[in-house]
Amino acid sequence: MKPSLYLLIGLLLLSACDQPAPAPKSFAGLGQDAAAFKQVTRNQPLVFPLDHAAHNGFRIEWWYVTANLTDRQGRDWGAQWTLFRSALRPGAETTGWNSPNLWLGHAALTGPGGHQSSETLARGGIGQAGVEARPFRAWINDWSLQGSDDTGRLQMSANGKGFNYTLNLVSTGPLVLHGAQGYSEKSGKGQASYYYSQPFYQVSGEVERYGQRLAVTGVAWLDREWSSQPLAPEQSGWDWFSLHLDSGAKLMLFRVREQQGAPYRAGTWISANGAAQALQGEQIQLRELAWSKQDNGRKVPTRWRVQVPEHGVDVQVDALEPKAWMQTRFPYWEGPVRFSGSVSGRGYLEMTGY
Amino acid sequence: MNPLLITLQALLSHWRRHRLQFFSIFTGLWLATALWTGVQALNSQARADYARAAAVLTGPGQAQLLARDGERFEQALYLQLRRLGWQVSPLLEGRLRIAGAHPLTVRLIGIEPLSLPSTAAVAGIAIPAFDLQAFIDAPGQAWIGPDTLQQLGLNSHEQATSSDGQRLPPFVVQPQLAPGVIVLDIGHAQALLQAPGQVSRLLLAGESRPLPADIAQRLTLQTPGDDGDLQRLTDSFHLNLTALGLLAFVVGLFIAHAAIGLALEQRRGLIRNLRACGISLNTLLLSLTLELGVFAVLGGLAGVASGYGLAAALLPDVAASVRGLYGAQIAGQLSLPAGWWLAGVLVSILGALLAGVSSVLRAAHLPLLALAQAQAWRMAQGPWLRRQAMAAGLLLLVALGCWQWGNSLTSALILLATLLLAAALLLPALLDGALAWLARGCRGALAEWFIADSRQQLPALSLALMALLLALAASVGVGSMTEGFRKTFIGWLDQRLSADLYLTPQDTTQALQINAWLAQQAAVTVLPGWRAEIRLQQWPVQVQGIIDHPAYPARWPLLEQSPQAWAQLASGRGFMLSEQLARRLGLRLGDSLELASDTLTVVGIYADYGNPKGHLLVSAGWLRAHLPQATLSALSLNLAPERIAPLKAELQQRFALDDSRVVEQATLKRWSREIFNRTFAATTALNSLTLGVAGIALFISLLTLSQSRLGQLAPLWALGVRRRQLAWLSLGQTLLLSSLTVLLAVPLGLLLAWCLVAVVNVQAFGWRLPLHVFPAQLLHLAVLGLLTSLLASAWPLWQLARRQPSELLRQFADEA
Repeated sequence: MKPSLYLLIGLLLLSACDQPAPAPKSFAGLGQDAAAFKQVTRNQPLVFPLDHAAHNGFRIEWWYVTANLTDRQGRDWGAQWTLFRSALRPGAETTGWNSPNLWLGHAALTGPGGHQSSETLARGGIGQAGVEARPFRAWINDWSLQGSDDTGRLQMSANGKGFNYTLNLVSTGPLVLHGAQGYSEKSGKGQASYYYSQPFYQVSGEVERYGQRLAVTGVAWLDREWSSQPLAPEQSGWDWFSLHLDSGAKLMLFRVREQQGAPYRAGTWISANGAAQALQGEQIQLRELAWSKQDNGRKVPTRWRVQVPEHGVDVQVDALEPKAWMQTRFPYWEGPVRFSGSVSGRGYLEMTGY
Repeated sequence: MNPLLITLQALLSHWRRHRLQFFSIFTGLWLATALWTGVQALNSQARADYARAAAVLTGPGQAQLLARDGERFEQALYLQLRRLGWQVSPLLEGRLRIAGAHPLTVRLIGIEPLSLPSTAAVAGIAIPAFDLQAFIDAPGQAWIGPDTLQQLGLNSHEQATSSDGQRLPPFVVQPQLAPGVIVLDIGHAQALLQAPGQVSRLLLAGESRPLPADIAQRLTLQTPGDDGDLQRLTDSFHLNLTALGLLAFVVGLFIAHAAIGLALEQRRGLIRNLRACGISLNTLLLSLTLELGVFAVLGGLAGVASGYGLAAALLPDVAASVRGLYGAQIAGQLSLPAGWWLAGVLVSILGALLAGVSSVLRAAHLPLLALAQAQAWRMAQGPWLRRQAMAAGLLLLVALGCWQWGNSLTSALILLATLLLAAALLLPALLDGALAWLARGCRGALAEWFIADSRQQLPALSLALMALLLALAASVGVGSMTEGFRKTFIGWLDQRLSADLYLTPQDTTQALQINAWLAQQAAVTVLPGWRAEIRLQQWPVQVQGIIDHPAYPARWPLLEQSPQAWAQLASGRGFMLSEQLARRLGLRLGDSLELASDTLTVVGIYADYGNPKGHLLVSAGWLRAHLPQATLSALSLNLAPERIAPLKAELQQRFALDDSRVVEQATLKRWSREIFNRTFAATTALNSLTLGVAGIALFISLLTLSQSRLGQLAPLWALGVRRRQLAWLSLGQTLLLSSLTVLLAVPLGLLLAWCLVAVVNVQAFGWRLPLHVFPAQLLHLAVLGLLTSLLASAWPLWQLARRQPSELLRQFADEA
């Protein structure tokens, strides 16, 4: 779950601002249209492969892959590939520059000695970016995430200044629906999105940094989410974890921080065979242990204690690269992590609003 | 009481008795500052607007991809490059006529803000600061500069309509946007320009690499710096304006200098008394400097205010000039930074210092007990005249050097400046010599006195006469140049614009359609004009391809040509080029030039006045074979006069061409003449102002002189010469001196005109004009000069004629 992106996109569209400001002001201009966008409702079954494609009529949507990789020397790497779709107004996609869709791509490569990120934008309607379901193909400019038929096998590539990667993803488990059959609540006040994942990818491929090419293997996690509703105004930021346990189980956790009061917590426990169990509130304990100062002076928690007592999880999560700051138009922190304790493994962490 | 205050009080009391002198110094500084700051205001406004024009779109790297055929291309190429990872952003450009009370054709620029690099800026707005939703989405935004909006006669909340009835997006006023430009989203631009899926160019942000072969066939990379730079193109024009402003400044300072010097002379006694009373030299000098400072600040403030007014009045003409000469857009409104006002006052202070420093220094060296020796001071002018003449000689040497070895506009202007200054410095010596020569032929006491007294007045009047000489010479020079240019230009225009109808089709396809349709019409001669834009030694050059037709030898005036020039051109072996380009490339008849992997010989050189770009004439066949990007962009038609109007109407209707695309010869000539007239309107206005300033200088000098002349005139009166006669004699003296000055100004002015057409114009614009002498104009200016001096002496003489005998008598008492 990437609640930050509600804000990121909103801000991208409406104004320039170095840090995500409270949402309502940004969306004030859209107030009238908001109701005209399609709304997220309970008991709306997801249909595949149709739901892999873009959901025109909803305001925001994303395709989000994070990969934890290892090179032949045993060093850890992380790769991120993200495509956001954001609609200026409700309605179907049209051909030409008057399309309502704007597309935004983020890519990052984290490895020994640093984190590099890149950003690219495109207009809808002219073929510069888009997502098609069959065969599955998501692209923006020269970045792409495409498969043979559905999302079972994907090739993912992106680049930025001084880095690029080409990775092959093969799924070894089923798609996982979060929340109530894909209806995922974001607050106690009814904000919600459609949310599913494919956390069971095995990865092989190559990453390149400053001309040095390395073969890598690892695991990857695809997140798919779409909605039309912004977050509640008093929600100031969020912390999101996707964890691959060495046992083969997967764990997704997030908390949305409130300006006042306790954060909203939710997650999904995914057993090794793909069975999902929704987690909420007190079932999840998240605590910051250590903070790192980013290049722009902001402090971000990069060491955490994560507990899910019900499943015997009590681990310390450490960022591989404490300065995995996304130096994009709307900056946030996103990078690979390792964890150990009652169980060990690796995963990804995203933090916004710091 | 503080000695400084006492000294100041004593010194300032002088002005209460000599208000006119006060007024003279003030006027001198005021006018000098006004003209100088006015010109500076014009220049800085124009430069700010060029900067705005250049800043419509700024960012790192200004490289761009253009179609090889110079026309629009489909945006699929943009997508293809984007998919290959090229950091390109599409841009669609075109002209759109906006309907309304004041119809106006604007340059429409459609941009795509998402693909522009985040470090880019449009009209000073950084890309990340864009309100994307408002800009992109319906109804969108049309960014416009406040001046363009004013020209359209619209308010920012009104929605404009194009001449073909389409509504523009709502206006958003961007103060930094260049005049005549509207910026909007590429989607809206494609709709308004009726170019769906079309782009004009791709802006390249990242590094360039070799284009894929299939795209390289269509597009070509243009690296930054290739584009003709307005700043550079217009530099010569602004340098000319600056030179005129400087001339006016110098003339103004002459006035101030003369008046300050006189005031010091008159206060010698006072200064001596103050020093005798124990006021230290330092206190005295400080007081004099403070006094000068007060003048400077007062004159500066008044000057800057008037300079602003002057600039505001001249700006429309200057705007028309640069538009006509360089196609550069500048706003019709002044908006000056605060620094400009401060600089104006500083210039005035500097001027006051320049004008007054010699007087203050003289006061410093004043012997404590010396008597006031006005006569002796004037006697000392003898060696001074010789020194001035020597300085003039040195300046003439510099001028000679500039003429011989100079090859830049600056050296051409130095030539002008040294020539003028040398002539001014030589003037007193020349006048003195002329008077001495006249004196030899004089018989009779009164006549001898007449000449001798004129010589005695010379030092006091010399500065004013110098100012008159400079102003008159400048008038003669600039006037001859302008008139000569007008004569040449109009003659050239009449020959060159000989077709009855000029057509500018929308693109080559339409041009070919029109051409085919015209071929079926009876008794219409069509001359198609193929064009391509290239670069020769970094200089933008238009290449025009013409068909073999007898109209060209008949109507295309050549400055120089080889035998059989037109036949050689038609054969594709020879080419002709404009005078400017020939100078720039250093080409002469018979020279050859490598062009599009072929070698051509220069067979003709023609004048191409007013074109900032180079121009080449080749045969259409050669052009289409060697430069495939050539477009058929113009058609010239000749037909019977009575058929012009119906054919024009039919063309407009059949091919949807608006008035700007089908133009009759008369209209085109009228436009060209209007542009020409406005081009020199600012120059002429500044020139007349300078002459006016010189008149004022003369007036003030004579006025101040007349007050000290009683001492010379009283004895004559006592000897029996009547007051009225004295007044006539004085008038005769003034007219004698100014006539001699005018006589000298005429040859100097002609020399100046020669410098302008043969040196300055060549350096500034690249064309040399024939020197024309206009006797009527010379006579007119000579009479104007004499009239100026007559008017200047009228008031002092009228006062003299009305002097009471008692005043004249008192002279003898005071002298004692």
